Amino acid sequence: MLWNVTTAEYLNSGHMACPGCGASLSMRHALKVLGEETIVVLPACCWSIIAGGFPTTALSVPLLHVPFATAAACASGVRRALLSRGREEVTVMAWAGDGGTFDIGLQALSGAAERREDFLYVCYDNEAYMNTGIQQSSATPAGAWTTTTPAGKEFAYGKKDILEILRAHRPAYLVTATIACPEDFLAKFAAARKRRGFRFIHLLSPCPPGWKIDSRDSLAVTRLAVDSGVFPLVEMDDGGRLRLTCEPAHPVPVADYLRAQGRFRTVRDEDLEPLQRRVDERLESFR
Amino acid sequence: MTSQDPVTPARHVREMLLGSDAVAHGVRLCRPAVVSAYPITPQTHIIETLSEMVDRGELPAEFIKVESEMSAIAACLGAVSAGVRAFTATSSQGLAMMHEILHWVAGARLPLVMVNANRALGAPWNIWADQSDSLSQRDTGWLQLYGETAQEALDGVIIAYRVTEALRVPVMVMLDGFIGSHTMEPLFIPDPGLVDDYLPPYTPVDYLDPDNPLTLCAATAPDSFYELKKGHARAMERAFDVLDKTFAEFGDRFGRRYAAVETAGTDDAEILVLSTGALTGTVRVALDRLRRQGVPAGLLKLRLVRPFPRWQLRHLLTGRRRVIVLNRAVSYGAGGILTQELRAACCGMADAPAIHDVIVSLGGKEVYPETIEEIVVRADELSPDESVWRP
Repeated sequence: MLWNVTTAEYLNSGHMACPGCGASLSMRHALKVLGEETIVVLPACCWSIIAGGFPTTALSVPLLHVPFATAAACASGVRRALLSRGREEVTVMAWAGDGGTFDIGLQALSGAAERREDFLYVCYDNEAYMNTGIQQSSATPAGAWTTTTPAGKEFAYGKKDILEILRAHRPAYLVTATIACPEDFLAKFAAARKRRGFRFIHLLSPCPPGWKIDSRDSLAVTRLAVDSGVFPLVEMDDGGRLRLTCEPAHPVPVADYLRAQGRFRTVRDEDLEPLQRRVDERLESFR
Repeated sequence: MTSQDPVTPARHVREMLLGSDAVAHGVRLCRPAVVSAYPITPQTHIIETLSEMVDRGELPAEFIKVESEMSAIAACLGAVSAGVRAFTATSSQGLAMMHEILHWVAGARLPLVMVNANRALGAPWNIWADQSDSLSQRDTGWLQLYGETAQEALDGVIIAYRVTEALRVPVMVMLDGFIGSHTMEPLFIPDPGLVDDYLPPYTPVDYLDPDNPLTLCAATAPDSFYELKKGHARAMERAFDVLDKTFAEFGDRFGRRYAAVETAGTDDAEILVLSTGALTGTVRVALDRLRRQGVPAGLLKLRLVRPFPRWQLRHLLTGRRRVIVLNRAVSYGAGGILTQELRAACCGMADAPAIHDVIVSLGGKEVYPETIEEIVVRADELSPDESVWRP
């Protein structure tokens, strides 16, 4: 598919993201699709820094910084204010990390989803509290090193299934995407923009320092997450089922994804087989 | 109508209503575009009545029924940031849960009005009148207005919107749980047009608008941060003057006169009793009885706690022998919160009166006129250094 992506930029150069950061690249392309009639609501996360400090700002769309737990509630307030001002056409996008979504912001997120609030919630999931220096969150996958899981996150925990939690709320739109697969990413933001009601996009977003990868490899490693089936690209259909939007283009074993990253260095070879089985079963469930 | 019934002022209707309903009418008349709330006793009636008003079309607002108090105030944060007038109400544990966002709303200099029905904080569970909830939020940067009656709560909401939109400092309007919120009172409800003349439609500045994109509340370096906080502190200092003028204009238009500190029988009084909220009604009865017994004690009714009207209080305390501070909230290890505030205000004052700290009630412990009378009559026996707890 040929994409006509605008040359307009809503994320300006000079932002504060690390080299190879998936979060900045994701925002850049998300805004290219959503356009200038977008208001961003941002809780505490890496993006609180990326956006730049007063008096500078990296975004040329309106941006509201809000406390950690409140992205979905603040976005609800913004949306309702726009309704009363007759500005329904404006897209409201809450943009939160995994900590602000899976953990501290989950209650407000559930509330907004239940109320069918008309906004787009994007979680850019880099799988730990990266902004505070790499502490485990409930989005951290099994086996991953963080500063608070020095021996790797216990396999008994694994990663919280945020998709199933959101699916149970029956949102208007529910997908996963990653900027490492840009055609799928752009198509999903375009679809999300057209829908009304509560919409949720779960992005896998590479973090070179947190994942212990070279910044130049961040997209290649993230592509392995898709190709290995660890991060399936899915969409909720009208029947409420999650279905794959793309089959892994170049299927690889889970080991290839894990061994490409320093954070999984404590994962033993004998742990790989049950992990592979879990990933295969989950991938199959989306077919 | 008896001779004691006040005449209904022009452009008002008279109704017998609960305090909570009085607040709801005050809110309706201010036409917020967004109301966001979560139920908590004893505030719940306010949002129930507002829900009905929205449902009947009397209040054309977006009503967000959130899943927690933190989200209630956060939704208001979002709404006001997007350029509209908003409202929420809470109490006790709910206010405590809002704590982080109270700082954020004030720091963002968002005009917002919230009503708090004063109630005790657990543990143990207790739902009755107590000012620990709002007084423990006094450092969050909100203006705090306390009221004695349901009429003061209704009028207070209208006044609060004028003040918050003039100063860009959020305002918390208090009424006592149950004593204020769940008691019926005859009320004067202003006509919508009268309120519209006093409170024009909200004109936002620096709000989220794609036509004029701004980033709000970005990370700020120490020197700029300090300047912003200085601006907030100075706005609080301006609040005395703004509030005086707003009260005065309200008095001219609505016929009800208010002040940051109101007094009764203070002219010849050597002893003053400082009170807030609904307790003041009981104090009035006690002081009337004492006066008939030849004990001329006067009333200081404190309506404004933030900013604290220190100069006005110092002026009123000049030449007095004693002031007895009636507290419904304690800072454990430091005594009654209002006593600490008054002591700080009087620090360095020549001939300051003895300031007596009385923990008169917590968690709704009943206060009778006799309770006050006994404290005033035995004031000479009170130590100025120790908090007085009732037996």
